[in-house]
Formats: sequence, C-alpha cells, structure tokens
Amino acid sequence: MLTIEKVLVIDSVKEMIMESTVVLDKTVVDKLLFAYDSEKSVLAKSVLEKIIQNQEIARTENIPLCQDTGLVVCFVEVGRNLHFDYDLSEAINEGVRRGYIEGYLRKSVVAHPLKRVNTKDNTPAVIHYDFIPGNELKIHLAPKGGGSENMSALKMLSPADGREGIIDFVLKTIKDAGGRPCPPLIVGVGIGGNFEHVAYLAKKAIFRQIDDASSVMEDRLLEEELLDKINKLDVGPMGLRGATTALAVKVESAPCHIASLPVAINLQCHSARKKEVTLYGKKA
Amino acid sequence: MERKLNTPISADVIKSLKVGEEVLISGIIYTARDAAHANMVKSISNNSAPPFDFVGQIIYYVGPTPAKPGRAIGSCGPTSSYRMDKFSPFLMEKGLKVMIGKGERSDELIKEIKKQKAVYLIAIGGIGALLSKTVQSSEVIAYPKLDAEAIRKLTVVDFPAIVAIDSEGNSIF
Ligand code: SF4
Repeated sequence: MLTIEKVLVIDSVKEMIMESTVVLDKTVVDKLLFAYDSEKSVLAKSVLEKIIQNQEIARTENIPLCQDTGLVVCFVEVGRNLHFDYDLSEAINEGVRRGYIEGYLRKSVVAHPLKRVNTKDNTPAVIHYDFIPGNELKIHLAPKGGGSENMSALKMLSPADGREGIIDFVLKTIKDAGGRPCPPLIVGVGIGGNFEHVAYLAKKAIFRQIDDASSVMEDRLLEEELLDKINKLDVGPMGLRGATTALAVKVESAPCHIASLPVAINLQCHSARKKEVTLYGKKA
Repeated sequence: MERKLNTPISADVIKSLKVGEEVLISGIIYTARDAAHANMVKSISNNSAPPFDFVGQIIYYVGPTPAKPGRAIGSCGPTSSYRMDKFSPFLMEKGLKVMIGKGERSDELIKEIKKQKAVYLIAIGGIGALLSKTVQSSEVIAYPKLDAEAIRKLTVVDFPAIVAIDSEGNSIF
C-alpha cells in the first residue's frame, strides 16, 4: 500500500505559502517586463515600474508582495494507488496554519460570513479534489486576494447569445471592475458545465501557466481574441488607463445542457501567487 | 517628477493638488479599513471623541501583514476604497480631508469630496513590500482587538501616491 506521510503534506503546504507570498513566479515577472516595454502611457509605465520593483524588494528582503495574503485555494490531484490513514484536508489546513503564522502573513479569513470573527490562522482553505492515475499527490495552491475575487462574475447566458455574448460579458465585467481588482490581470473564463461547475472552471483557468495556451482550438481562439479586446478597453494598470489591462486570458470549457450557456469570470490580480508540488507515494 | 507633500496638509495645498499628479508624502498617516471605519462612525455618533483629530490628517485604507521582528510594519499596500464610501462622508463632515486607497469611488462620494474640498489619493495596489520601505514607525492607537484592521499611526518618508479625485471633483477614472 502506498501513502504519503502527513508531515510531508503539512510542510509542503507551509513552504508553498511562505514562498509564493514573497516570490512572484518568473513567468509572471517576464510578462510584466514585456508589458512595461510595450506600454506607451507615462502613468501606466510608472505603475508597472513600481509593480516590478515591488517584486524585487519582496524577494530580496523577504517581505510579502501584497498585504492581502489571501484565502488559500488548492486543487489537489490524488493518485489512485494512494491510501491515506489521516484526513488530507486537515493536513493541508495544518500547513496553512503554520505557513500564515510562521510567515508573518495576514490572516484574512472569518469563520462565518455574517458574524465575521477572524479564525486567526487563515484556515480553512478551499480545497478541490480530483483523482489521477498513479502514485502521486499533486497540490496546486494559490493564496487568492480578495480584491480581484470580489470583481469576479457569473452569468447564465442563453445558447443564442453564443460567442459574442461571452465576449461582451467578459469585456463588461473587466471595464466595470476598473482599477479595483488591481490590473494588470490574469483573466480566467469558464464556459459550460452548470452553475457551480462553471465557477470551478474559471478558477481552474487562473491556475494554468501564464504563458500556455488552451489545447482546445475553439478556446484558444477565444483566449487570443479576448486578450486583444481587453487590452483595447483602456482600463490599464490600476485602472489608470493604458494598454496593459490583462497579461493573459485562460479559457476552460466543459459540456453543458442544451438549454444553457453558463459563463464565469474569475479575476486574478498582478500579485499572481501560486505554487505546486508533487509528492510521491511510498510503502507504508 | 513627483511633488513632495508634508503632513499635516493645509487646505491651500489640498486645493492645489490636481488629478493625475504623482506625490511623495512624508509625515504622519493614520490607517483604517472597514471595521475601524464602522467603529469610528459608531463611537463618534455616540458623542465619543474620535481616535485622533482629523483636521489636516490623512487616512490610509490598509490592513498590513504582521511586522516581522525588527521591522516597523509588514507588507502594507492599499485596500479597495469603495467599501469605505458609506463611511467617508460622515468623517469628512468631522474634518477629514485626505484619503488614500485604491480604485474607483462612487459618484455620490465624488460630489461629497468636491463639496468638502477634500482630496482622494490612490496608492498602487499590490506593492505592499515597496510601500513598507517608506514606513519608519508604526503604533497602534485604537481598536487593538481588530489586529490588522486596528488604527495605526504611521510615520512615512516619501510614500508614493497619485491624486485620483481632486477638490474640484475631477476624477482620474
Ligand atoms: S487584488 Fe491582489 S494585488 Fe490587489 S490588494 Fe488584493 S491581493 Fe493585493
């Protein structure tokens, strides 16, 4: 029987949190540098310059990139040959707890949405599970900021609205959000499924590598067209106008009902903190 | 070239700030976000004294990360200002004139800023590490139970901000 030690899960989660909140992934930095080079507006350039300086200071001086160190979201892929004699969610949450306390990160989770009492350790994380073939446990983790999450949107379109309807909805959402979600953004778009699945797809989309492209032709074309149109909206970095509103658009689609065209948009700010780890099963 | 501002900020200086201008602030800044705003409005309405005299002072919408040992403050970038829209008019009536946050504000609030001859500045969201380097000292002066949301008195040097809504009601957005 193959398993993964609980302490390994806890430590991996803790390390991913402490690292991702301080070090911005190089692929994201490269996109920011490219945007800085191509941006024409003086104010937008000045904003991008400070965003780039910020990640340097964060990395070299070990200071969180942003004070909103987020609510932790995990996509966990569990190899089918693995067996756990402990609660995996509990182990992940223990890693979250240690990461936020030891990393001097802000605790931004309240136990009940109306009573709003802080849990003081940033737990619980939102965790999604999936099964994969093999002996591995993959944890994809993102401390997700509230500002960009709040500007996300979901709409049940009619099939007749089609591709144009989706594009209009995405553009309107980003235009209306303006500077609030801290552009430049990574835009995750979910299409299809049903009401709850489409939101899951949009979230999954922002977990993709910033420089990849969808393997589905239809979705890839939509990603390209949306990116181009979003950057013509003139929202710009922090909503101060300019050509850099989004760094990337990611589309994830799924089969849906003949009567439906669900669309969800999940916005990720420029503080695109994310990490993943693969743990290998060992004989218990 | 950024313009240097020192606190407290006089009415004349506020009037002279024009939308789009980049400024570097030095002096005292007070922090407050959602919960601190709700508390201040409630206690002032009940005739308690405000936690500090608003005249000439600045409120910055931020909830920093905890300070590491040996540091004045943790990461401390701005939070979204629109959530404070329902509290700000009350505080402006009590003398507050300068606010720093991020993002758009409501049309009603823009009118109120114009009426009160106040000014709204924005700091860049998501650059809390860079901004923390401008903070020399930080002291909790009210609502310590609110942790990250407590009111702090910060001493800053060259804190970068941009004029987003000026006293004439011109908005950058
Ligand atoms: S939206 Fe992102 S960058 Fe902006 S304050 Fe929130 S977490 Fe930070």
